[in-house]
Amino acid sequence: MSSETTPVEKVETLTPELIEFIAEWKTKPGNLIMVLHRVQQEFGYIPRKIAFEVADRLDVPLAKIYGVMTFYNFFKLKKPGRNQIQVCMGTACYLKGGEDIIAEIEGILGVGLNTVTPDGEFSVEAVRCIGCCGLAPVMVINGKVYGKVQPQDLHAIIADIKKV
Amino acid sequence: MAYKQYILVCGGTACESNRGIALVDALKKEVEENGLINDVQIVRTGCLGFCEKGPIVKILPEDTFYVEVRPEDASEIIQEHIIKGRVVSRLLYDNAQSKGNVAIDGIDFYQKQFRIVLRNCGVIDPDKIDEYIARDGYKGLERVLFEMQPEDVIEELKISGLRGRGGAGFPTGVKWSFAAAQPDGQKYMVCNADEGDPGAYMDRSTLEGDPHSILEAMAIAGYAIGASKGFIYIRAEYPLAIDRLENAIAQATDYGLLGENILGSGFSFTIELRLGAGAFVCGEETALLASIEGKRGMPAPRPPFPAVKGLWGRPTVINNVETLANVPVIMLKGANWFNKIGTATTKGTKVFALTGKVNNSGLIEVPMGTTLREIIFDIGGGIKNGKEFKAAQTGGPSGGMIPPKFLDTPIDYESLTKIGSIMGSGGLIVMDEDDCIPDVAKFYLDFTVDESCGKCAPCRIGGRKLLNYLTKICDGKGTAEDIQNMKDISEAMCRASLCGLGQTASNPVTSSLRYFMDEYIEHIDDKKCRAGKCKNLLRYIIDPHKCVGCTACARVCPVQAIQGERKQAHVIDQELCIKCGQCFEVCKFQAVSRS
Repeated sequence: MSSETTPVEKVETLTPELIEFIAEWKTKPGNLIMVLHRVQQEFGYIPRKIAFEVADRLDVPLAKIYGVMTFYNFFKLKKPGRNQIQVCMGTACYLKGGEDIIAEIEGILGVGLNTVTPDGEFSVEAVRCIGCCGLAPVMVINGKVYGKVQPQDLHAIIADIKKV
Repeated sequence: MAYKQYILVCGGTACESNRGIALVDALKKEVEENGLINDVQIVRTGCLGFCEKGPIVKILPEDTFYVEVRPEDASEIIQEHIIKGRVVSRLLYDNAQSKGNVAIDGIDFYQKQFRIVLRNCGVIDPDKIDEYIARDGYKGLERVLFEMQPEDVIEELKISGLRGRGGAGFPTGVKWSFAAAQPDGQKYMVCNADEGDPGAYMDRSTLEGDPHSILEAMAIAGYAIGASKGFIYIRAEYPLAIDRLENAIAQATDYGLLGENILGSGFSFTIELRLGAGAFVCGEETALLASIEGKRGMPAPRPPFPAVKGLWGRPTVINNVETLANVPVIMLKGANWFNKIGTATTKGTKVFALTGKVNNSGLIEVPMGTTLREIIFDIGGGIKNGKEFKAAQTGGPSGGMIPPKFLDTPIDYESLTKIGSIMGSGGLIVMDEDDCIPDVAKFYLDFTVDESCGKCAPCRIGGRKLLNYLTKICDGKGTAEDIQNMKDISEAMCRASLCGLGQTASNPVTSSLRYFMDEYIEHIDDKKCRAGKCKNLLRYIIDPHKCVGCTACARVCPVQAIQGERKQAHVIDQELCIKCGQCFEVCKFQAVSRS
């Protein structure tokens, strides 16, 4: 399930693997959330066009799909940046300065939370506890965990990612 | 197993993300290059618990415990420790060093711990079923299948006194008996691994470190209640735990320990994973079931209870990860072994994720009845940077803040409820003098308001109102009336909300008003935040006698709020100041003060 990089540049159509996945799950009860996870794994978010396709193939109303997507924090309706920065806002990270980390990143990137930079490179979001409380404050960039982050480290970390 | 030595490397998420994978690779390379491949085995284990000092390396049989090991240290460990038999003292934990004791027993962090749930975490390679079996794994299941009737299993569990570790503490055996009493037909066994409490990772570590223990327990439960199908509802945010569970299920199925006709007993049981998608309310049983069914995770009124009418309308038992991890051990060692541990009302142990302002953050397991003081000061090593302890929060957003005067309370379900908190799932957050109580209450309410599903008004509206009052107070605009209003709303939410989320969401407010009223009063009457956390109440002032006019503060100020000529005293324009605190930090002459 881990996705090191999120291939957001793909053309947003159902891949053969996705079609197969949906077919495999179609008859299983309670399939919708599993299918949405798979879609998001593929695209980094759930494109509206794909949601229509899922509705069609699973034979569920689009309204129900959006009902589920908007209920859960994990599902994204908007395309994230090519590099996704997730700052943990669990209690331990909050107490140890998670807010300062977010403020600093916003300053560096010049965009606020849940917004993609104009070049499409970065987006930053505050996420629920990722369970690395011993390393607080923690952030995750493209699946990699950064522990005991200090605001002054952020320039270098982000510059490193820009280079790649 | 002819290896002379074993190098155990912690493979918990915290250690792995701290270059733990590179460390394993470096150690493997060194072992190979030195021709030790037949003598030394490197094992990537589950979480050893001491996350603060990760990555952790333990060497057996001598039980040497190294902390904060980097990939660059691999060569020295192999050359010195393995080849020459000399302990690498610079990598030992401080406390162990001072006592001249290199073994794990000598480390304060482990001394008061007692491991049942985490028995295999940090000991076995979680990806190898053989290692689990070698540690008596699946023996409990075997005993249950061949020596016990389903009702014996439930009776044994009742005698053990095991109670739900998800937070509410309902007796597990009784819960099972309800589902078992339902007429035959399709029943389900569900494991709740949707650990939503922010600041807690007990279940994550158990699943990552010992996935088979949960599979074994679920099969035992399936046998006891007559279910042939199990689901593990796990957070999508835990990719490593998901991988290890998938692998464990495949291995167990391969060994005939899951699937059709387990070990030839005639009992069949399969397990599937279902991913959560980030909804705290899914900790509520009925909401969790709705989510497995692929719907919005909204709770439903109870009764009917899931044990009668659960998943797809069928009898369903839902147990939390930690509860289940106890079950195989109870079946193997017996209820009367288990019920000797703990207090009069609460048997066994509790796993806590000890985090916040404590020196030794990490995952710990202690017998019920251990005091908070022992946990925070003996195991946790006290408060970071010698600061003063202010409060501990158990139970996450549903729990309460516990003040210093209750540090000696022995922990069990009843004692924590009595002092206004709850056991909860095991998050234990330590706060020090730099944390502002109304601000922390606001943090928790912000969380519960965001997570409220909106179905019932007390939670939806009450939570929002509480959050508004707390924000007002933290902004310095609170009034004495707000306090009474918060008390009234809290009471209403507690009594009238549909599910546990709303019923407990006001606990952080109620408990902090009870024990830390003085801080609220200070915010309201004196417009003062003693912790310096509430930015709107802060004022930065430059002492003209101390200021030498070095201009460092003026240069660092992001909004040009500091004026002054070189070598003249500077002044902060309070209208422009955004209270970022950079001037305070940059000043070398202590001329900038914060009040």
